[in-house]
Amino acid sequence: MSTTETAAAPESLLAAPDQASQAEITAEIRATHEQADALEAGGRRVPMTLVDFPPYRSSILRHPTKNPRLVDPETIELWSPAYGQRDVAAIESDLTLQHSGEPQGERMTVQGRLLDSWGRPLANQLIEIWQANSAGRYIHQRDQHPAPLDPNFTGAGRAITDEHGEYRFTTIKPGPYPWKNHVNAWRPAHIHFSVFGSAFTQRLVTQMYFPGDPLFALDPIYNTIRRQRDRDRLIGVYDHDLTVPEFSMGYRWDIVVDGPDATRFEREEEH
Amino acid sequence: MPERILEPTPGQTVGPFFAFGVEYPRMHEVVFPHSPGAIVLGGTVYDGAGHPIPDALVEIWSADAHGVVSRHRGALRRDGHTFTGFGRSATTDEGWYEFWTVNPGAVDGRAPFFAAIVYARGLPDKLHTRIYLPDDEELLAADPLLSSLPPEERATLVATRTPDGHLHHDIRLQGAKETVFLAF
Repeated sequence: MSTTETAAAPESLLAAPDQASQAEITAEIRATHEQADALEAGGRRVPMTLVDFPPYRSSILRHPTKNPRLVDPETIELWSPAYGQRDVAAIESDLTLQHSGEPQGERMTVQGRLLDSWGRPLANQLIEIWQANSAGRYIHQRDQHPAPLDPNFTGAGRAITDEHGEYRFTTIKPGPYPWKNHVNAWRPAHIHFSVFGSAFTQRLVTQMYFPGDPLFALDPIYNTIRRQRDRDRLIGVYDHDLTVPEFSMGYRWDIVVDGPDATRFEREEEH
Repeated sequence: MPERILEPTPGQTVGPFFAFGVEYPRMHEVVFPHSPGAIVLGGTVYDGAGHPIPDALVEIWSADAHGVVSRHRGALRRDGHTFTGFGRSATTDEGWYEFWTVNPGAVDGRAPFFAAIVYARGLPDKLHTRIYLPDDEELLAADPLLSSLPPEERATLVATRTPDGHLHHDIRLQGAKETVFLAF
């Protein structure tokens, strides 16, 4: 590889070259799901999230073509970085208080528990979120679509789960976001979540969505998860008990990190 | 061992605009730059066409120089001397990631490596891999993962020692020299 090769400007990479229609993308989504179902029916182990998902155009050159190698985790992979309550200030979990004025939009609480596959709450884990503002605009400088920035909203927050594995954010509901995967492509409203578990193998980066979004069936990223029942677990549940009268809406969203299997229990017995 | 009772939450792409959500000061400085024993671990993340990926994110997690897994807090707010083992680096416009860290020591007498995770716009889910130190041929030969791989795949998991003692390790998401990624 020549060292003189220069990278393309990142903004120029955001638009897919072919600019397919929504109908074409929707048909590709369906066909890709059917292929995955057929592979599974044939006895293949198919992951929940398909990394080879051509309707998500920028994945075409960015997904591995070989199956991941199944390995036993080594010691380091069964631990994860240590976090504690004092690592994050309380205000970091309230995205509506980070500026001098109030952000525009629908205020809401997003609250839930971080659990492992055996239903055990994971305390003292870092959760990071980032999102668009109520008009669907990200503060990131490469987001240049003509929706207004909100001087009172950055859209990034952090929390550490408490002793019950609970996290809680106060924020505003993000707007749907236009992107250049295909003609007139819109992402359903979502909040990005980054989650640490008690083992590095449990590390999770994902997105939370809102109930009833009409864009679900049209969105290639949401549909990289091939089964409806798995996609459903990314949707927050409206919870009237989390609303605050005359102030905010509320959604509950529990997060479950995966595995690891036997070794994890062996480790815990040592302590 | 008990049965799992909950289905895991599926992963999704980190998306295009993660920087303002995941960046924090000195996130790639697992140790203080130029402190005794400090090395740079760096490389380029490439796509299947051989182009550098300017919007990828790499995380590493490793034992300290003595092979001890740190249980110290402080990966988020660096104090400049506590070894927490965790680092995060967003790639530059040239696809380059880098960390200041130390050579991890062997844990349980096994070949030392950095556990690593790659995320990128266009990558629908995280990818786990390992970045092994190249120095101890005996430990590398005894490693269960490395010894199970053909030479060309094994090579994608072992870093290169530079003349000044640093580590270089490119990551290829796709293509002829595609990095070996892991499932647990």
